[in-house]
Amino acid sequence: MSLILDNISHIYSRGDAYEKKALDGVSLKIEDGEFIGIIGHTGSGKSTLIQHLNGLLKATEGSIYFNGQDIYDKDYDLRDLRMQVGMVFQYPEHQLFDETVFKDVCFGPRNQGLPEKDVTLRAYEALKNVGLDEKYYDVSPFELSGGQKRRAAIAGVVAMKPQVLVLDEPTAGLDPQGRDEILDMIAENHQRYGNTVILVSHSMEDVAKYVDRIIVMDDGQVRFDGEPKVVFRHYKELEEIGLAAPQVTYLMHDLKNAGYPVSCDATTVDEAKNEIMKMLGRR
Amino acid sequence: MLREITLGQYYPADSPIHKLDPRTKLFTTMIYIISIFCFKGPVAFAVITAALAMVIYLSKVPFSYMVRGLKTIVFILIFAGILNLFMTPGRELVSFWKLTISYEGAKNASLMLFRMIYLIIGTSVMTLTTTPNQLTDGLEAALKPMKKIKVPVHEIAMMMSIALRFIPILIEETDKIMKAQMARGADFESGGLIKKTKAMIPLLVPLFVSAFRRANDLALAMEARCYSGGEGRTKMLPLKYENRDRITYVISIVYLVAICVLRRFPF
Ligand SMILES: Nc1ncnc2c1ncn2[C@@H]1O[C@H](COP(=O)(O)OP(=O)(O)OP(=O)(O)O)[C@@H](O)[C@H]1O
Ligand SMILES: [Mg+2]
Repeated sequence: MSLILDNISHIYSRGDAYEKKALDGVSLKIEDGEFIGIIGHTGSGKSTLIQHLNGLLKATEGSIYFNGQDIYDKDYDLRDLRMQVGMVFQYPEHQLFDETVFKDVCFGPRNQGLPEKDVTLRAYEALKNVGLDEKYYDVSPFELSGGQKRRAAIAGVVAMKPQVLVLDEPTAGLDPQGRDEILDMIAENHQRYGNTVILVSHSMEDVAKYVDRIIVMDDGQVRFDGEPKVVFRHYKELEEIGLAAPQVTYLMHDLKNAGYPVSCDATTVDEAKNEIMKMLGRR
Repeated sequence: MLREITLGQYYPADSPIHKLDPRTKLFTTMIYIISIFCFKGPVAFAVITAALAMVIYLSKVPFSYMVRGLKTIVFILIFAGILNLFMTPGRELVSFWKLTISYEGAKNASLMLFRMIYLIIGTSVMTLTTTPNQLTDGLEAALKPMKKIKVPVHEIAMMMSIALRFIPILIEETDKIMKAQMARGADFESGGLIKKTKAMIPLLVPLFVSAFRRANDLALAMEARCYSGGEGRTKMLPLKYENRDRITYVISIVYLVAICVLRRFPF
C-alpha cells in the first residue's frame, strides 16, 4: 500500500508564450502512515506536485501508482482516488459554501455515498477533531473568523477519512496559537488513525517538529529527501535555494564551532535542550 | 483547464506593433474595418490581404493565436454562409435537387465569409498586441470629446479596465474552487440537467462570495489611495505619440485612400 510517483513532469500552458515547466522529473515513494513535510521556496512547484497526488492535475510525463494501480489507466476511478487522497488547499476557507458549518462538512462524506447517519457522525467527529466549538456548528460559515473558517474547511476534508491527507500550507496567515492547535490536531489524528499525512509548509520549525520525512523542492525538482536531521545538515545548501534550517540548528552549529561537544542533529527546541543538558551534565 | 479562453487576450512579445500607441491602433483598426466593408474588386482584396499579412508578420504573434478567435464563431460562419449561398436569387450557377446556387449567392457568401474572417483576425491583432490597460487608456483618450456632452468617459474606462482585470482572476478562482470541491468528491459532469445545476451551487456560492470580497477590497484600496474620479488625475504612463505612430497614421490614411480609389476601377 503506497503512493508512487515515477518521473513526473508537468508543463503549464504547453505550447504558448506562458509555457512553464513546474515539475521536472520527480520520483517519490510514499509509504502508508508516513508524516511527510514538503518545503521549497515560492514557485518551486509544491502545490503543483500535490495536485498530482489525487489526479487533479495530469502529469505531462510520467506515471503515478496508488496502491499498485496506475491512476492514469482509462478505467481508473479518479473520483474514488479523490476520496482516499484528501486534499486541503491553500486558503481552504474560500471553498465553504453551505448554509451552516455542519452542512458544509457533510458535503464530502455525502459525496462518498455513505448513509445519512454515518455522514452526520463523520461530520461531528471531524468538527470535534479540529477543535471547533459546538456553538458554531449551526451558524453560517461566512460568520466565522478566519481561523475558525480554516478549521471548518479542514474538517470538511478530515470528515472523509482519507487514507492520505494532503495539506497545502494549512497554517498560512494564522496566529501562533491557532497554528499550533491545527498542527497538533493533525498530528494527533495521524497518531490515532495511522493515516499518511503530507504537509506543505514554509515554516522550518513546524516541519522539524511534526514530520518524520522532509522533501525539499527546488525549481520543480526534488533536492533533498530524508529525515529532518539529515536534511537540515545541508543547511548551507538550503540557504542557497532560499530556505533555511530551524533556528536551533544554527544554535547547535554555533555551539559546536565554539568548541562545545554537542551533536548538531537537534532540530526542535526540545531536542536541543536535551542535547545541551546532556553536555552540561557530562562536564 | 479554464485558461484556454483566449479571445481578446494579450500575447506578450517585443514587436513594433506592440509598441504602437493604443490610440493609433484603435484608429488603424477602424480604418481597416472600413476598408473591408467598402472595398471592391480583386486588386483591393489583394491589398487588404497583403496589409493584414504584413501586420501579422510584424506583430510576432503566432498565426494560430489569431485563428483561435475564429473557432468560437465557426458555426455562425458556416450557417450564414449556407444561407447566403442558397437564398440569394439571381443568375443560376449550379442547381441540384431543389437547391439552386446563384452566381450572386456564391459571390455574397464568399464576400460575407471573407469579411467576417478578416474582421475577427484584424481585431484579434489589436487585442493580442495591446494590454487591456493600454486599450482602456486609448479608449478614454479617444472618447474624451464626449465629455463635453456629459458622458462619464473616465468612469466608463475605469469600469472597463477593472472588469477586464478581473476576468483572469475570476477564471483562476473558478479553477481553484472547482478543484477544491472535486477533491471533496463533487461531480460537475455526470447527471441530468437538475443534478448538474445543483452541482453548481458549491462552485457558485464561493465564487460570488470571493467576487464580492475582492470588489470590497478593491473599493477600500482605491479609497485609501484617495481615488476620486478622473478630475485632475494624471497618468503614470501618459500616452505619447512617437514617430512610429505618425508614420502609421500616414500609412493607414494612404491605405484607405487607395482602397477608395480602387473602387472606381473595374478590377
Ligand atoms: N495554473 C498555472 N498556469 C501556469 N503556470 C502556473 C500555474 N500554477 C502555477 N504555475 C507556475 O508553476 C510554478 C510552480 O507553482 P506552484 O504553485 O506549484 O508553486 P508553490 O511551490 O506551491 O509556491 P507557493 O509556495 O508560493 O505556494 C510557478 O512558477 C507558477 O508560476
Ligand atoms: Mg503553493
